[in-house]
Amino acid sequence: MKLKHMLLAAAASVAFTGPVISEDLPECENCADELTVVSWGGAYQASQVNAYSNPYAEMTGTKFIYDESSNEAVAKLRAMNEAGNITWDLVDVEGPDAVRLCDEGLAMEVDIDEILAPASDGTPASEDFGESLISPCFIPQIVFSTTFGYRTDVEAWNGAVPTSVCDIFDLEKFPGKRALEKRPKKNIEWALLCDGVAKADLYDVMETDEGIDQALAKLGTIKDETIWWSAGADTPQLLADGEIVMGSTYNGRLFSVIEEQNQPVAMLWDYQVFDFDGWIIPAGLPEERLNRVKNFLYFATDTQRLADQAKYISYGPARASSAPLVGKHAELGIEMGPHMPTDPANMGNIIVNNIDWWSSYSDDVDAKFQAWLAK
Amino acid sequence: MSALPPYSSNLQVTWYYAFRVICGLIFFFLIFPILVIMPLSFNAEDFFTFTPKMLALDPEGYSVKHYVDFFTNPDWQQALWNSVTIAPVATILATTFGTVAAIGLSQSHVPFKSVIMALLISPMIVPLIISAAGMYFFYSRIGLQGTYWGVVLAHAALGTPFVIITVTATLVGFDRSLTRASASLGADPVTTFFKVQMPLIIPGVVSGALFAFITSFDEVVVVLFLGSASYKTLPWQMFTGLREQISPTILAVATLMVAISIVLLTVLELLRRRSERLRGMTPG
Amino acid sequence: MSSTTTTQTGLPSDGVMRAADGTPLKRSLARALRREKLRSFLLILPLLAFITITFIAPIADMLFRSVENGMVEETIPRTVEALKSWDATSGELPDEAVFEAFHADFVEAFKNKTHTRLGLRLNYEQPGMSGLFRKSGRRATNLEPPYKEGFIDIDEDWGALETWQVIKRASPPLTDGYFLAAVDAERTADGIQMKPEKERIYLFLFWRTLFLSIVITLSCLVLGYPIAYLLANLPLRTSNVLMILVLLPFWTSLLVRTSAWKVLLQQQGVINDTLVWIGLIDDAHRLTMINNQTGTIIAMTHILLPFMILPLFSVMKTISPSYVRAAKSLGANDWTAFWRVYFPQSVPGIGAGAILVFILAIGYYITPELVGGTSGIFISNRIAYHISTSLNWGLAAALGAILLGLVMLLFYVYDRIVGIDNVKLG
Repeated sequence: MKLKHMLLAAAASVAFTGPVISEDLPECENCADELTVVSWGGAYQASQVNAYSNPYAEMTGTKFIYDESSNEAVAKLRAMNEAGNITWDLVDVEGPDAVRLCDEGLAMEVDIDEILAPASDGTPASEDFGESLISPCFIPQIVFSTTFGYRTDVEAWNGAVPTSVCDIFDLEKFPGKRALEKRPKKNIEWALLCDGVAKADLYDVMETDEGIDQALAKLGTIKDETIWWSAGADTPQLLADGEIVMGSTYNGRLFSVIEEQNQPVAMLWDYQVFDFDGWIIPAGLPEERLNRVKNFLYFATDTQRLADQAKYISYGPARASSAPLVGKHAELGIEMGPHMPTDPANMGNIIVNNIDWWSSYSDDVDAKFQAWLAK
Repeated sequence: MSALPPYSSNLQVTWYYAFRVICGLIFFFLIFPILVIMPLSFNAEDFFTFTPKMLALDPEGYSVKHYVDFFTNPDWQQALWNSVTIAPVATILATTFGTVAAIGLSQSHVPFKSVIMALLISPMIVPLIISAAGMYFFYSRIGLQGTYWGVVLAHAALGTPFVIITVTATLVGFDRSLTRASASLGADPVTTFFKVQMPLIIPGVVSGALFAFITSFDEVVVVLFLGSASYKTLPWQMFTGLREQISPTILAVATLMVAISIVLLTVLELLRRRSERLRGMTPG
Repeated sequence: MSSTTTTQTGLPSDGVMRAADGTPLKRSLARALRREKLRSFLLILPLLAFITITFIAPIADMLFRSVENGMVEETIPRTVEALKSWDATSGELPDEAVFEAFHADFVEAFKNKTHTRLGLRLNYEQPGMSGLFRKSGRRATNLEPPYKEGFIDIDEDWGALETWQVIKRASPPLTDGYFLAAVDAERTADGIQMKPEKERIYLFLFWRTLFLSIVITLSCLVLGYPIAYLLANLPLRTSNVLMILVLLPFWTSLLVRTSAWKVLLQQQGVINDTLVWIGLIDDAHRLTMINNQTGTIIAMTHILLPFMILPLFSVMKTISPSYVRAAKSLGANDWTAFWRVYFPQSVPGIGAGAILVFILAIGYYITPELVGGTSGIFISNRIAYHISTSLNWGLAAALGAILLGLVMLLFYVYDRIVGIDNVKLG
C-alpha cells in the first residue's frame, strides 16, 4: 500500500519536466549542481541511492557522483587535505572514523539542530538522534551491528545450534572453522566476556596488560580453527562456500546471505556490537558545494528517508522517530522490523562500541594483537 | 639431451624419461592455474568452484553471463575505460623518455654510467609497496594523488626501466661502423638516426613499449594508493572484487586478459625474430 | 681555441700530432670526447629528470617522513621552549611556567583544532594521550591561573610525570621514534629499550619475510633449473614452443594468477575436490592450503618462477655442449659430467635468477594479502596497513626505509655478480 503510494509519487514527480521542490524541502540558494558522495559500494550504497539520492535528484536535478572509497576515507581525506584540494562533498564513514576525522580537523563540525530537520512531532533533531551523536562532526544515519552467523546444516553438531556468543569458543560442542575479524576490536570484548569478565568491568580490565593477555589467551583456544577476515564480504562468502561453520560480520551482510541468497545460515544476536554509521562533511568546502551538501542532508536525514533506507537493507535508522515507520523489504516483501539489530528481541545482550576507549588504545592493543596473530 | 644415444644403459633410459616427466609436471604447474580459470569463467552459478553440472559437461552448467556482466556492468566498464585511457599515455611517456635515454646510455663515454643506470632502472627494483608509499606521500603533497596524471606519471616511471633494458639490448649488438658508413656517405646525424639506427632498434622500442603497457595495464599496488574511485583501473576493480563481492566476473576478465597476453606475446616473438634477422643473427 | 702554429705540410714540427684543422690531436680528441659525453648526457637528461621528479623524489620524501617531527614544535612552541629547562629525570612535575606556556599553546591549538591532532601524534609514544587531549578540549581553554592545578583537575594524567616526559621526548623536530618502533624498540625514561616480548612484531615480520623469500627462491630454483636445462638443450624449434609455456604465465596478470590459486587451493576448491573424489582424503579432512604460509609459498613460487627460468636459460644457452662431451669421453659418468662440468658453468645463472627472485619476493604485497591469511603475510602488508588503516605514516615510512635498505643491499650484490646492464627480459 505504502510502496504503491511511493511509486505513484515517484512516477508523478518524473512526469514534471523541470526540477520540483517538495514542500518541506527548503529551496537551495547558491548551490552547486553536482554532489560527490563517498560510500561503501555494494548493497549498502544501493540502499542510499534508492532511499536518498534518486528521489533528491528527481526533485532538484542534482547530479550525483558516487565514489566507493569509504574504506580508505580517512587516509584519502588526509592526503587531499595535504594537497589542499578536497574533491569530495559528503563522506559516509563509521563512527570511529568520524571521531578520528574530527580529531584531525579533516571533518567540519556541525550544529545538528540547525542543519537537520526536526521529527514530524517537532522533536529537535539532536534529541531524535540521541546517543548516536558521538562526535560534533558526525551526522548519523544507521545503527549496524557486528554479530555472528552460523550454518544450520552442520552434521557434527548433532542438531545443536549456538545460542550464546561463548559457543564460538566451544570447540567440543561446535567443531569446525570459525571466522573472526583480523582486528582486536570486538574480539577482545567477546573473549573477555566469555572468560568470566563482567560487562561493567570490561574496559577497566582491557586497560591493563593482563586483561589483554587474558583475552588473547582465550582467543588462543580457537586460534588454530579461525580464519581471520578483513573485508565485510569474507564471512558471508566463507559461510556460503562451507569453508567455515560460524563467523562474525555485519548484520546486513548476513541478512543478505540468509534472506536474499537463501543459504542455510542463521543469525546469533547474542552480544552483538553496536556501531553507528553516518555522514561527515569534509572541512574547507567552498560555499556553493557546502550549500548543496546541507540541502541534501536536510532531505536525506529526515524521519521518512531514514525509515525508507531500511526497506533495502537491514540496518536500523539512527532516528528514534523513524523506527515506527520501518516497513517491508522493497523486493522480498518481508517485514524488516525483526531483522533490525535494534529490534527488542535481538537486544538481549549488546555492547556499544566504545569509541573513546579504542581511539586511545587501539594502536597499542593492535600491536599486541598483530604480534600474537603473527606467531 | 636432444636424443637418447642407442648405447644408453637402463638407468640412463629411465632417467631420460623420468626427467621429461618431471619437466612435464613443472610445465603443468606453470600453466594449469591459468587454464583452470577459463572453464570456470563460463560457470552458470555464482561460485568459484566447478559445479556437478559443469563436471557432467551439461550445457546448462555453462553460460556467458559473467562476460555479459563484464560488458554491461558500469563499474567494470568504467574500470576498462580508465585502463584503456591510462595505459597508452603512460606507455608513450615511458617509451619516448626511455628510448632517448637508452641511446644516450649506449654511447661509449658516459660519465657515472653505472650510477645513472642504477637510478634509471630503480623503479623496477624498488619493492612496489615502497614506490607506492613514497608516491602516495609525495603526490599528496603536490596535489597529484587521486588524479589522472598522478596515475599516468607513476605508471610511466614504473615502465621506463623495461624500455631502457630492451632498447639497450638491441643497441648492444649494434655495429657502430654502420653510423660511420652513413656519415661518410654524407648523411647528417638526424638522417643517420632515422634511416640507420631507428630501423634496427625499433623492435627493442616496441617490445619495451609492450612491457611498459602491460606494466600499467596490470599494475595494482600503486593504483590502489594513488588512484581514486573515479580513476580505478581493471586490476583495481579485480582486487576489490577478490576482496569484496567475489564473483566469477573476475574470472571472465581474467580469461580476456590472458587472451590479450597471448596476442601481445605473439607480437613480441615476431618482433624478436625480425630484430635478429635484421642484425644478421640466426632467427631463434 | 687553438693558437698553435702549424707548418704547411701538416707535419708535426714540434712533435705534436695535429688534427686536420690544426689543433693538437690530443686536444681535439678530448674535445670530441667532451662533446660526445655532453651529447649522451643531454640524451639521458630528460629521463633522469623525469625519474627524479616522479620516482626518486617520492622515495626521498618517504625517507624524510620517517624522521620528520615538526608537528609538536609547531603546535606547542612555548611549551617546548619552557620544557627545555625542565629536568625530566628530576622526578618532579614541571613548574607553573610550563603549565602557563602550555595553556597559551593549548588555547591557540584548540582554536585551530590542532590539539586533537597533536594528541594522535603523542598517542604513538604513549597510549591514552589522544583521549587526554580530546577530553581536555574546551575545558582547558577556559582555565584560570594557577594552570597546574587546573589541568590536573581536568584529568589527573596531566599530573603524571610520564605525560610530560613524553611531551619533552617528542619535542625535537627530528625523531628516531619511528625507526625504533620499526625494530620493536622504544625510548623510555631509562633510554632505548626493546619492547616487551608480546608486543614485538616487526623484527619477527622482517625475519619471516626473509625466511619465506628464501623458501620461495629455493623452490623456484628447484623447479626452474630442470626447465631451463631442458629448454637450453632442446632443438630451437621445440624449445621455442615450450618457452611459450614459461612466458604465458609471465605475461599473465598477477591478480589473475593469484585468483587462480584461490580457486585451486581453497577447502572447497579444485585440488581438494579432486583429492576427495579420487578418495585420497575424506570429505571431513580437506587440506588447508590457503590463508597460511603454504598458500603464499605455492602462489608466489608460481608467480616468480619465470623470473628464475629466464636468466638461467640465457646463461645455459651459452654453455657449450662440448665440455660435457669432453668430460664423458674422459670417462666421467653422466652425473659427474653434469655436477663437475656443467653445473659450475651454470652458477652465474643461478646467482642472477636467485637474487632477482629474492628481490622481487621480499617486497611482495598483493599475493600474501589475498592468500596469506595471518601466518603468510609479509612486512609489506604491515606497511600498507599503516598507510591506509592505522594511519601511522611515520612508522610506515620507517618500515619502508628499512625494507628499501635491504633491497638496495641485494641490488648491490646483484650488480656485483651480474651487472645491471645485463638484465634480460623475455
